[in-house]
Amino acid sequence: MIDSFVIPLLKILIVLNTTLVAVTYMVLLERKVIAWAQSRLGPMRVGPYGILQPVADAVKLMIKEDITPVRADKWVFTAAPIISMVPALIVYAVIPFGPEVSLFGRKVSLYITDINVGLLYIVSVASVGVYGIILAGYASNSKYPLLASLRASAQLISYEVAVTLTLVSVILMAGTLSMVGIVRAQEAGHMWFAFVQPAAFVIFFIGGLAETNRAPFDLPEAEQELTGGFHTEYSGMRFALFFLAEYANMIVVSSVATTLFLGGWLRPFPNVAALSFLDLIPGWMWFLVKSFAFLYIFIWVRATLPRYRYDQLMRLGWKVLIPAAIANLVVTGIVRVLLLR
Amino acid sequence: MFDTDELVINMGPQHPSTHGVLRVILRLDGEKVVDCDVVIGYLHRGIEKLSENRNWTQIILLTDRMDYVAAATSNVGYCETVEKLLQLEVPRRARYVRTILMELQRIASHCLWVGTHAMDIGAMTVFLYAFRERELILDLFEEFCGARLTYNSMRVGGLPLDIPPGWDKKVLEFCDIMDSKIDEYETLLTHNRIWLERTKGIGVISGAEAIGLGLCGPALRGSGVARDVRKDEPYAAYDEMEFDIPVGTEGDTYDRYLVRMEEFRQSLRIVRQAAKGIPEGPIVGKVPRLIKPLAGETYHAIESPKGELGYFIVSDGKSTNPYRFRVRPPSFANLQGLRRLVRGHLVADVVALIGSIDIVLGEVDR
Repeated sequence: MIDSFVIPLLKILIVLNTTLVAVTYMVLLERKVIAWAQSRLGPMRVGPYGILQPVADAVKLMIKEDITPVRADKWVFTAAPIISMVPALIVYAVIPFGPEVSLFGRKVSLYITDINVGLLYIVSVASVGVYGIILAGYASNSKYPLLASLRASAQLISYEVAVTLTLVSVILMAGTLSMVGIVRAQEAGHMWFAFVQPAAFVIFFIGGLAETNRAPFDLPEAEQELTGGFHTEYSGMRFALFFLAEYANMIVVSSVATTLFLGGWLRPFPNVAALSFLDLIPGWMWFLVKSFAFLYIFIWVRATLPRYRYDQLMRLGWKVLIPAAIANLVVTGIVRVLLLR
Repeated sequence: MFDTDELVINMGPQHPSTHGVLRVILRLDGEKVVDCDVVIGYLHRGIEKLSENRNWTQIILLTDRMDYVAAATSNVGYCETVEKLLQLEVPRRARYVRTILMELQRIASHCLWVGTHAMDIGAMTVFLYAFRERELILDLFEEFCGARLTYNSMRVGGLPLDIPPGWDKKVLEFCDIMDSKIDEYETLLTHNRIWLERTKGIGVISGAEAIGLGLCGPALRGSGVARDVRKDEPYAAYDEMEFDIPVGTEGDTYDRYLVRMEEFRQSLRIVRQAAKGIPEGPIVGKVPRLIKPLAGETYHAIESPKGELGYFIVSDGKSTNPYRFRVRPPSFANLQGLRRLVRGHLVADVVALIGSIDIVLGEVDR
């Protein structure tokens, strides 16, 4: 009873709440890091060094007037932020934050569930999130959001393919779709997949930037061109949901990248015995450190690079990333077959 | 079965990238711009008409409000026109200080341009870096005349007040700081692959066509036409300065960007020469107590950061205000080129091109 019901429920509760808090603080982190990059201080007023800024933001967004434009498609307009947010959260169900640990004499695994098609589940759920953006642009019945939603759909198709192909190479290496299995495979192979699959790693990262609508691929938002893009007509908490979804997706992409390419909860160089003192740091800490390194790069990229143009992004996706991902997949396949023989 | 409609989209007057209150009506085929219509007039304050009812000194203050990011340049342009009308000799010291102020103003204006242009294309860090340095220039201006944006920093015949002691040293110190900062902007942009892809081949215009459209300033020099009023018809102390005029080759957004980046350096070169060589002497020429030029008309142009800024003034010789006051603002002339430039490009390029012709709406509408 406890094992099958109470503990999973507790885990869901903890993961969901931690994620939401992490997401709000991600916003603060981004503002701070970008401020430092730009020789500013960032938020400093709310609490010491602005650490209560997310609270103030949340309160502000909740008490703001919630406007639905008269000509908007009301049902879709309401559903769009939810469609965006929910997939971003339920992906966390299969992300392994750490190995099994014993807690109060009970073996507890630091992931909600480990289904044998974990990676497939992530890919399919994550792509549902983009429908939120497409529907938001369509339902707003306004021209700028419409352009944004067209851009979002084009971007989705171009990048989903490349990213999924890199995942296939990883699956070939690991021989399993289970997220925990992939980490175990890296442990058994004494090697993070980032070192055996560098091309896939880079393509996944670029595709990840595009999938989460982050700079330099933030075309559906493109404040300077489309005045906020798909969320132009949104206000208050509905706007906040899009915002949170974007950051939640960033964390998802970082976590998936950590699991697939950086050995998840494993310490660096899991095969080198001389570094075994690193085992003193628990696995979930390693996971957090690696994910945060990713998130930091996300922010860093945003502070540094200009934005791609719509057609250039498509060109990059179809003419560079997808062929590269296919080539990588073919090479991986051939090498695997030769080695297994 | 599939018929396509053109989408008419209204960009501005409230839009983050139209640099003020510019309104552009775009006709789009997908994201491709088929045609565009530029609507101006949202910032019209009737400065030209107002000037006909102000005396000659009061007008200086109105010229501040035209190109408000380069107010000192507008001041000097106007004062020199009136001096030409009065056939007044300006002391050498005043001409040197004017040159320093105008070149500092050019750097400040280009700082604002590089920041907003980069921001329009999505590189937001350059914006804050450029504003950091612009702040230093504003400090210098504040020390000279007390104001930071609309300076009212000139008088007909010379300067309102002498430079504060040690000001020229501070100007030279600023030049040393600025040198490395320009390299910093260039590190972020010039060889950045995304920047190159976004600006190369965008809004190509040949030299002949640019002249035909009346483009001026960096927008014209980007197309390879070495027209610069500072060299062609020297004013202030430019005839005593050594500097080069950078020109582009392709006439695209990237070349216009490179031209302005090089102008940063040339301006610093001029500022250094002028600040080291400020002569002693009076700061105001022999100006009559009541300025009342003889009947006649005159046109005088200077090179503002945006291009050729001309003043046409008619005096009837009877009243203490101009009979007719007309400005030829560079932004207005350059804005005419926008329609030609954006045709066939994408929405994202429209904002890049608006940034690339560097307009200030205060000057377009007056």
